Amino acid sequence: MDPQPLLLTFKLASITSILLLVIAMPIAYWLVFGKFKGRGVVEALIGMPLVLPPSVIGFYLLLAFSPSHWFGAMVEEYLGIRLVFSFPGLVIASILYSLPFMIYPIRAGLQSLPASLREASYTLGKSEWQTFVKVLLPNCKPAILTAFVLTFAHTVGEFGVVLMIGGNIPGVTKVASVAIYNEVEALNYPAANAYAMVLFAITFVILLLVYSINNRLLRVRQPA
Amino acid sequence: MEVDLTVTGHRILALTGPSGAGKTTLLRQIAGLAMPESGRITFGKDPWLDTANGIHVPPQQRHIGFVFQDYALFPNMTVMQNLEFALPKYHNQELIGHLLEIAGLTQLIDRKPHQLSGGQQQRVALTRALVREPDLLLMDEPFAALDPDMQLQLQDLLLRLRRERPFTVILVTHDMGEIFRLADQVAIMENGRLIRIGSPAEVYLKDQTEALFIYGEVLTLERTTEMLTVHAWVDGKIRQFTVPTHWGVQLQPGTKFTLHYSGADVEVRILKT
Repeated sequence: MDPQPLLLTFKLASITSILLLVIAMPIAYWLVFGKFKGRGVVEALIGMPLVLPPSVIGFYLLLAFSPSHWFGAMVEEYLGIRLVFSFPGLVIASILYSLPFMIYPIRAGLQSLPASLREASYTLGKSEWQTFVKVLLPNCKPAILTAFVLTFAHTVGEFGVVLMIGGNIPGVTKVASVAIYNEVEALNYPAANAYAMVLFAITFVILLLVYSINNRLLRVRQPA
Repeated sequence: MEVDLTVTGHRILALTGPSGAGKTTLLRQIAGLAMPESGRITFGKDPWLDTANGIHVPPQQRHIGFVFQDYALFPNMTVMQNLEFALPKYHNQELIGHLLEIAGLTQLIDRKPHQLSGGQQQRVALTRALVREPDLLLMDEPFAALDPDMQLQLQDLLLRLRRERPFTVILVTHDMGEIFRLADQVAIMENGRLIRIGSPAEVYLKDQTEALFIYGEVLTLERTTEMLTVHAWVDGKIRQFTVPTHWGVQLQPGTKFTLHYSGADVEVRILKT
């Protein structure tokens, strides 16, 4: 078994999850506490990847990323990055595709905190930013951990979007899920099985870890 | 809601009245946590709110202490960290040690809030609110969840802290004992309006030897031609009283009411909740 697709999968999932974490925290905060109209529209847009077939997202991204489209052209001209059939393209697509998996749990975590925590911090003279970083985020650790892992696992399991915009260039865009598909098409079942088993085992271990950590964090919160 | 209220000097003002009268809302507006439709709030010479002139000083700049009903201690921080968080930059750390000592919390500084009893949590909340040395302390039913012994201890702590460094207190409470033990002034609110204000003795006792204000909720009703016998939930106890049927008071199980009894005169008012 060639380990490259597996390594690529985990590289993609790690980079996506870390970037998305940074992007999602302010968006979640804004969704919960922001004062603006049209919240419904924003929420619906973020939730789209949950219901749309990955091939639809992949198709539109393929169009947008292509050098003949203004977006793809702009990125290529100013950043020197071609987004179709490339790793950076996969990262951007994965971020969009996993957006709800990161934002929704963090949003739920922020919503579940009593309003008095935020207000107490304000009356103690702390700014919104200080309150967010020192009070709100540390008290939704379980939600953030869940969000991170869901995003990671969701990116590991990505297939349709990758195939549409990445293809299967070994070492660049050929992730494990695509490799499994290729092996099955070539009737090479033992190889497909090897990739599948590794993905299965690793995702199971990750989820197991998360749930045990979360259970511990939640137990600690219970009053003595 | 329509309220005109002035607190002078370093007094303790108790805000009281039935649930839904607007006490907590008023307290939150003073803190800057809620916005009234229109109005003015000034502290000394500082305007905190003036809707006509578009002034709204955020809670951070009002220099207040606020003690929440649920204490609002930060679960991720120890007792010490909760207090340190409240300390403004470059302020003297010694104040924390001093306050901890008065509040009897020195042994507990490394505990997280969930490892404390209700009374201990409340002591931390009160201490934390005073770390910034506010000139105005706002408290929303701070002692309501504690047993009577603990209430006395905390009230005593509040008075001791004020002896160290005077500050004004506005306190929402339902507890008559608390009003008489702590308050210099009491203001009674009903349906978003201030209906009486004065010293507790003036408000509750003046000209009347047996004056009573009772806030309660109707549990059962028994009607005879002449009289209406009411069982009501009053101050955590079931009480029975009788009023003449011809008063025509629209009481039903679940109705919240005020009964004002001034010796000669009895009046029952029903409150919208």
